[in-house]
Parts: sequence; structure tokens; C-alpha cells
Amino acid sequence: MAGRTSSSRGMSKTDRATVRKAKVLSGASMKRGARVKAGARDRGLTLLPKAKLLEIMDLMVKSRVLEERLIKVYKTGDAFFWIGGPGEEAFGVSLGMHVDKGHGPAHDFLHLHYRCTPTLIAMGMPMIDSLRLIMNRATDPSTGGRNFANHYCFPKWNVVPVSSPIEVQYGMAVGTGLAQRRRRLAGEKSGVSIITGGDAGTAEGDFASCLIWSSRPGAELPMYITVQNNKWGISTSFDAQHGEKHIADRGKAFGIRTSVVNGNDPVEAYLAIEQDLAYIRKTGRPVLTEFMVSRLYGHSSASGANREAGEDCVETFEKRLVDARMIPATHVKELWQKYDDESRAAAEQVRSEPVPTPESVWEHVYVGSENGDWRKF
Amino acid sequence: MANMAQAIRMALHYGEKNLGVTDVFGEDVGAPLGGVFTATQGLETAWNSPLDERGIISAAIGLGLAGDRCVAEIQFADYIFNTIDLLKIAGNTLWASNGQYNVPIVVMTPVGAGIRGSIYHSHSFDAWATRLPGWKVVLPSTPLDAYGLMISAIQDPNPVLFLKPKALMRVRGDELIPGEPADEKELKAMIDAPIGDRSKWKPRWPELSEFAIPIGKGKLVREGTDITVVSYGRTMPLCVKAAEKMGAQGVSVELIDLRSLYPYDWTMIRESVQKTGRVLFVNEDTEVTNFGEHLAYRVTQELFYELMARPKVLAGKNLPGIGLHPHLEEASVPHLEDIEHAMAEVLAEVP
Repeated sequence: MAGRTSSSRGMSKTDRATVRKAKVLSGASMKRGARVKAGARDRGLTLLPKAKLLEIMDLMVKSRVLEERLIKVYKTGDAFFWIGGPGEEAFGVSLGMHVDKGHGPAHDFLHLHYRCTPTLIAMGMPMIDSLRLIMNRATDPSTGGRNFANHYCFPKWNVVPVSSPIEVQYGMAVGTGLAQRRRRLAGEKSGVSIITGGDAGTAEGDFASCLIWSSRPGAELPMYITVQNNKWGISTSFDAQHGEKHIADRGKAFGIRTSVVNGNDPVEAYLAIEQDLAYIRKTGRPVLTEFMVSRLYGHSSASGANREAGEDCVETFEKRLVDARMIPATHVKELWQKYDDESRAAAEQVRSEPVPTPESVWEHVYVGSENGDWRKF
Repeated sequence: MANMAQAIRMALHYGEKNLGVTDVFGEDVGAPLGGVFTATQGLETAWNSPLDERGIISAAIGLGLAGDRCVAEIQFADYIFNTIDLLKIAGNTLWASNGQYNVPIVVMTPVGAGIRGSIYHSHSFDAWATRLPGWKVVLPSTPLDAYGLMISAIQDPNPVLFLKPKALMRVRGDELIPGEPADEKELKAMIDAPIGDRSKWKPRWPELSEFAIPIGKGKLVREGTDITVVSYGRTMPLCVKAAEKMGAQGVSVELIDLRSLYPYDWTMIRESVQKTGRVLFVNEDTEVTNFGEHLAYRVTQELFYELMARPKVLAGKNLPGIGLHPHLEEASVPHLEDIEHAMAEVLAEVP
């Protein structure tokens, strides 16, 4: 797994030192099944307070349990389709913990792809709202039963609608970035436009648009451009389609600060995101960071949604914490059980919740449900 | 009297001064050119974007999601086709979010033939545009309507496609825009950028006032009793001429400028067709799955027993492009004689 590498443009000495430290310590991240010898010190775990490590662990387990519940809901016939992000918890949770939550350009905008449950869980989304989405209930706060699993929308947190076309979010984030830059120049509080997306989607022109528009000389935008590289685009491997060593390298041509991060290590991901966002908030310039992650249940239910090989970041982190005696193994089991119970109860509740009515199809074609039906013009 | 380019420019100026427009952007939209048809000269909020149509539409959507008000331009509609999926997203974002996120943006783009623009400066977009649910679509034919519809488009909380009939951009109207000087030379001296060095030039804007034409309302251009003709954009002035010529022959033509394609003024069409019993729809987009076909279908479905003749659609030929030579262009899109012949055909039909 690649360690964090970075160009040094615009970085303070402190930034550079921290990045070097994280890079060195990234060797402590665990492959699946690896164990730390009893008594040996996992130096990666010294980089964050214990309470923070346990919080990350808690959120990662919660997100994984939820995703596995979504898959079960699909497999028992209570949903038409599943797509999601098991395997991206270390990155996704870390990202969600750093978001400046709120509505409007003063806060961060989130232009997410459809593997973003870990980020939303870390931001405080109740499990039940994800179940309402996959089970297309009228109570679904994101779409009212109109869209797929993991296609979230939460205006109160600037989570703009997740859409199925890949990579379009990279271009749209330019617009929120422009709005935030305007406020920044006016001396007002402004957030960062954060984008997540997969490696395969970077073949789309929208990714190039994002790099170009975010780095126009003298008009750089406060954008956090991230790529979650799980090495797959449905059934097509990254290695068969990409000649570039790292996707992040493409940002260098635009003078964008770039790095490649082990997205399976929550400590490394957490620190990288913290530093990246601090840089963007300070300079107003974009950052492109590639997080290497796993895809543990395939592309979606279209490919079976069955467990596949790959480093499991939740399992790995759990073992690190147990081996470092930061959390008893029994507590870990209780954690899984707690969230399993919560997700099961939530699914049960959602089954009895109302579904959208046929008449509601004409709602929200236009603002205020102004008539959009030509038969009534 | 202002021409349409000046009218749009003044509406955008009114928008940036009074309606919260934050960005008018696109390829060559900012200084020094101010748009290939000069419709954005001198605007404070106008800026040049990368030559990237997908980037333009994407950025507009993002600005709208952030609550800012922008007017984005695709330099010619011929280059909007690689943004279709983004236009779909702009149109479905409110619906997909169950009413939570609206996209209050205006996208303007010149359409149609008439300037010897050959294959890639002559496309129409009205049929495509009306297949983008969630958008409102307007296509004016006079400077005053262009001014009033642009004001409404900016004020509208939904995405609005403002299609500009490029062949009419230099045509002057016969109605004053509220606040514009009556002398066109005076207006030109005030708001047209000089030839040559423009680096120190600033426009002197007239004291404009708000004049909004509601989206969805057509204009009864000419009253008549024998046949209804419904058109919009570049073919509208041709229909006016045809109606005048037919009028000289004793035919009473009722002429509707639809102005808004979606939503459209069905009440005006219905009442007119109920009066005349005969209707011709004229536009220059290609004829297969043409927007006029939808209108003809609706007339047939709802007014069948009140018709004296089959509704007719006169549109562009279903060709891959508009050829450069005038013979090719004129054989591809409706011209005056075609409209007269089509009207005569509808009038000649005996029920």
C-alpha cells in the first residue's frame, strides 16, 4: 500500500514535518490478518488520542453494520438495489469527522458518490434514514423514495444530491467552490467544497474539468478533490485502464497539492484529511488526494453483493486496538451487537412506514410544486 | 430601439444590479469581447470561462446549489449536446431531492439557422429542450420579449433555458424597453463597446425598470378568424410576413408567438383553434419528434371535433445538418414561401 506522498507547495514546515511523520508511521498499518506482537508498540496509534481512536472505531463498526444490514435488506427482497461503501470506512468516517457541518457557503459542501455511508454516519446520520432510502419509503429524508441506496441528500449539512452518473459531482463542486471563494474574498466565513469519487470515474472529462477550473491562475478554488481508488470500475480493473502510476499525479500538472494516502488506515487517513483541509481553509487553494481503499462487496447488488477478498479496514483497526490493549475484545463484540440490534430494529420499523403515493409523481417538478403536467397547462 | 443583443444585455445588467445575479459566464462572455453576439458587453459580473461546456453547466449547477444566481452561456447550441446529462441533472435535482434542492440558474444559448452558420452554428435546440423535464424553456422573437423573458428567467427559482434566435440578434424591435432611449444611436453610444481598444471603456446604462414577461404566456401577435399559426423564435417574423401577404389576399390569419415552450400557453392556442378550426405550427428544428408535433397531437386529442382541417407542422427537414451554401440552407429550414404554401394547404382542406 502506498504511503502518503506529497508535493510541498504551500506547506508550512510544521505541515511537512507532520506529513513525514505520518508517512514513516504508515508502515504500522495492518494487512488483513496481520497481528501486532503482544507488547509491541503500534506507533500509528500514538498519533491520535485514545478517545479519538475509539470514536473512529465506533463509527467504522456502525457504518459497516449498517451497510451489511442494507445488503441483507436487499437480499431478503425489501429493496430493489444496493450499492454502497463497505471497505471505505477508514477514509469515509475520517472525512465525516472533519466536515464543517451546516447549510450554505459558509460551511463545507459535500459532493459525494454512492459509497458515502461512512461519511454520513460520522456526520450524525441516523441508521434508520439510510434504511428508509434503500427501502424507498415516503419517509426517506433524502429522496422520498425516489432514488437508490446511498444516494443521500441532506441540505442542512450541504450534502447535495448524490447522483448515479459518475464523476458529475467533480464539475458541480466547482460552482459551490466559486460561491465559497466569493465569500472568502469578501472576508466572510466560507467553507470548502469536498468531492468524493471512484478511480474509474476519473476517466470522465469532468475530472479534468475539475482540475482545470479549480486551479485557474489567480482564481483558485477552495476544493478538496478526493479519489477513492479501490482498483475497480464495476468489472474493469484499474491496472488495465490507467497508465498513470497514481491518479493524484494528474494534479501536479496544475500546481495542485497532491498526495496518495493509505485509505485503509484510519489514523493515516484522519491525519491526511486534517492537514489537507487545514491547508485549503488557510490558502483557499485546491488539494487532490487519492485514498487507496478496498471494495469488499463488489460493485453493487448487480454483481451479487457478496463478500470479496481485500484488506478489511474495520477488522484491521479493531485488531490493532485490541492488540494495543486499548479496547477489550469483548467490548468489540458488544459494539457489533449493539449496532446490529439497532439496524435490525430500524429495518423492522421502516417496513411499516408509508410508501410514496402514485399521485406524488408530479410533486417537485418545479419549486412549490408549480404545475409541470402539460395536460393542465 | 434596441436590438435583441442589446435587450438581453440590458436585462442582464438589470439582473446584476437589482435581482442578485452574481455571475454571467461562458466562453468569450467577459471582456474584451462580451459575447460573440455582444449580448454580455460591459456587464460587471461577466467573466470568461475555460472552453469547456460541461464545466460551464456543471459550475452553473453548483452555483445554483450554493444559492447564488448565475446566467451561463453555451456559445452556440451546437455545442451544448455534450452537456445533455448535466442538463438532465439540473432538471431533476429538485424532483430527486423531493423538493429540497432547487437549481435557480439560467442557461442561454443561440439557436437556429439564418446566418450561414453551416453544420455547427445552425442547430436548433427547442425539441431537445422540451424533453428536459424540470426546466422552463423560452425562445423570444423580439427585443422587448427577450428583455422581459430574461428578467423572468432570472427571477424564476427553477432552471430556465433561454434560447436566443441568433438570426434575430441584430434585428431592432418596434417596442421600447422601459428606460431605453428612443434614439438607437444614443443607446449605441451608451452601451455598445467601441471598436479597438476597450480597456478603459465603461458602459453608461440607461435607467432601466423591471419589466417581466411571465413564463408560460404567449403573445397574440395578430387576430384573425380563418387559420391559427403558432410559431416562435426565428420563424416568427416570417410568419408575420406570410400573414400579411395572405391578409392582402383576404385571408384572416391569427398569429400566436408562443415565446415560452415549456410551460406553454395552451389556453391561448386552444381558444384560437376553437375560433379558426385550422392550425399550423411553424418552427425550424428538425421535423421528427418535433415540439410542434406535441402541440399538433394535443390539438388533435382535445379539439378533434372542432377542427376543419388536419393540424399541420412545418419544420426543418430531418437532415444531419444545415449546409453552408444558401441553396442547402434554404432547402433545409422553413422560409417565407414554405409558410405561405403550408397555410394555403391547411386553408384548402375541406372537412
